[in-house]
Amino acid sequence: MNAVAATLRQSWVITLRDLKHWQREPWTPIFGIAFSIMLVLVFGYLMGGAIDLPGGGDYLPYLMPGIFALSMMFGIEATMSAIANDSKKGVTDRFRSLPISGAAVPLGRAGADLMNSAAELAVLMVGGLLIGWRASGSLGATVLAVVLLLWLRFGMLVLGVFLGLSFRGEGGVTAVQILVWPIGFLSNVLVAPESMPTWLAFLAQWNPISATAAACRELFGNPTGITGGVLADHALLLAVLWPAALTLVFVPLTARAYRRLSR
Amino acid sequence: MSFPPLVARGLRKRYGDTHALDGFDLEIETGAVHALLGPNGAGKSTAVNTFATLTRCDEGEVRVAGRDARREPAAVRASVGLVGQHAALDEILFGRENLVMFGRLYGLPKSAARERADELLGTFGLLDAADRKVSTYSGGMRRRLDIAAGLIRRPALLFLDEPTTGLDPRGRNEVWQAVRQIVDAGTTVLLTTQYLDEADQLADRITVMNTGRVVAEGTAQELKRRLGGDRVLVTAPAHADLDRLAAALGGTADAELRQVTVEAGPDGGAAALTGVVRALDAAGLVVDDILLRRPTLDEVFLDLTAAPAPSALPALPASTPSALAPQTARPEGAHR
Repeated sequence: MNAVAATLRQSWVITLRDLKHWQREPWTPIFGIAFSIMLVLVFGYLMGGAIDLPGGGDYLPYLMPGIFALSMMFGIEATMSAIANDSKKGVTDRFRSLPISGAAVPLGRAGADLMNSAAELAVLMVGGLLIGWRASGSLGATVLAVVLLLWLRFGMLVLGVFLGLSFRGEGGVTAVQILVWPIGFLSNVLVAPESMPTWLAFLAQWNPISATAAACRELFGNPTGITGGVLADHALLLAVLWPAALTLVFVPLTARAYRRLSR
Repeated sequence: MSFPPLVARGLRKRYGDTHALDGFDLEIETGAVHALLGPNGAGKSTAVNTFATLTRCDEGEVRVAGRDARREPAAVRASVGLVGQHAALDEILFGRENLVMFGRLYGLPKSAARERADELLGTFGLLDAADRKVSTYSGGMRRRLDIAAGLIRRPALLFLDEPTTGLDPRGRNEVWQAVRQIVDAGTTVLLTTQYLDEADQLADRITVMNTGRVVAEGTAQELKRRLGGDRVLVTAPAHADLDRLAAALGGTADAELRQVTVEAGPDGGAAALTGVVRALDAAGLVVDDILLRRPTLDEVFLDLTAAPAPSALPALPASTPSALAPQTARPEGAHR
């Protein structure tokens, strides 16, 4: 019990450190939010008029939960580059040379990233409300949707820590920064998979981010654009399971990558 | 009963086909500065990382203050400080914040961490820069802050891995000053370096390592002595009778260099030099140049770490300018 308390205390020190980074250099999170707002404007207003939702409904309320999920997914870049940067600069080695729990550094990172993403989510939701998006579900459903979004962020966080430890060079971070685009867009966040060729639609509905977006649309009472397929019935379940699967797979792999540093 | 700060026996570590450590032994004494001297790739960092429990070696045993590094890594980590090769600092945080953060990670309460941070900032002359981002620090300041971070918990043993690599001469002096302060405060220091003058300046004992093994160990004086004592080099004018000169001086002739080498006796180089001058005077011989040459640590280093070549190596490898340039003849005290 004492060890757990010590780990949490150490994690908190790391979290404070990571939060201080945003305080000192706020442009990174600000650009992150500005970027999501830009996506809303581009897709909501520029292209949205040309997009018809299967099953009917307005595009903007469809789009907003997709943007929420997308911004959670894009958070992986921040996690990965922070982890890669620390290990490149030798900060990770110094942490490893301290008599602290090995879990404290990733946990601290997780705390800071989740707080950052929660703030980003809050800004996006307020922005959404201002332009006419509404969460018309119950309070419980709305809270659950937010929890599911942060749960997706947590899954991405675990993956990001793993990738940051495993691919430390600049190339690794750049590759992920590019790859998040096709992977993020190959989903239901911007357009309904039904408008895609069958094989693409198949991939899109099995994208973890699609499950979270679909579940949030249901919970917020927004149009889902779904008339069939696996997400019609199981969006909520998949939104719980996908990040859980990422966590289950990548926590042991991350622990292994961390141990491998001492080889 | 007290244990030596560090004992390593028979360390082996392979990375693929490379033997980073190949039967490496080391023992260091309390309160001393011990230098691990070797060229790039000699295995210095692997050795230090093994001592600090960052790297697990394939074979061998490391005991830090009597504790087995493999079985009790946490106890070892609690008693050592590691200052790695790259200044492992958070560039965005202020200098003080870095120290407070590491102090908190070491388990100090907030106020104690602050106090200790201020104390260390004062010790290393960083108080003025305490509330500036580390990214604005000079190389020497970063290094000093890095060392301060390694000292937060007052470790009995501090590892400094190439503390001055990449620093300008001013930064290097600052770090040397810091290392001397640490030792005066009673901390045992193991530092790795590829600079001989650094080992010469700072270390009480030097272990020369190459290709993962110890090739020599001793004080700077002892190591220099290994290459023989002082010698006087006398250069004859062109067409002079070299053999006659050698006979008059009791030395050995080198026709190619037109040089006679006189080994100094137990009285040392100055006495030998005086003797040579007297003998020349007595024999009425004229020479071009007289040099008193003492072996430098550079020569020792190059000699010990030279890769064995098929052809016989010269006794004094002359592949670098510093090894080539003998010290000019100046009787002791003449320049004081």
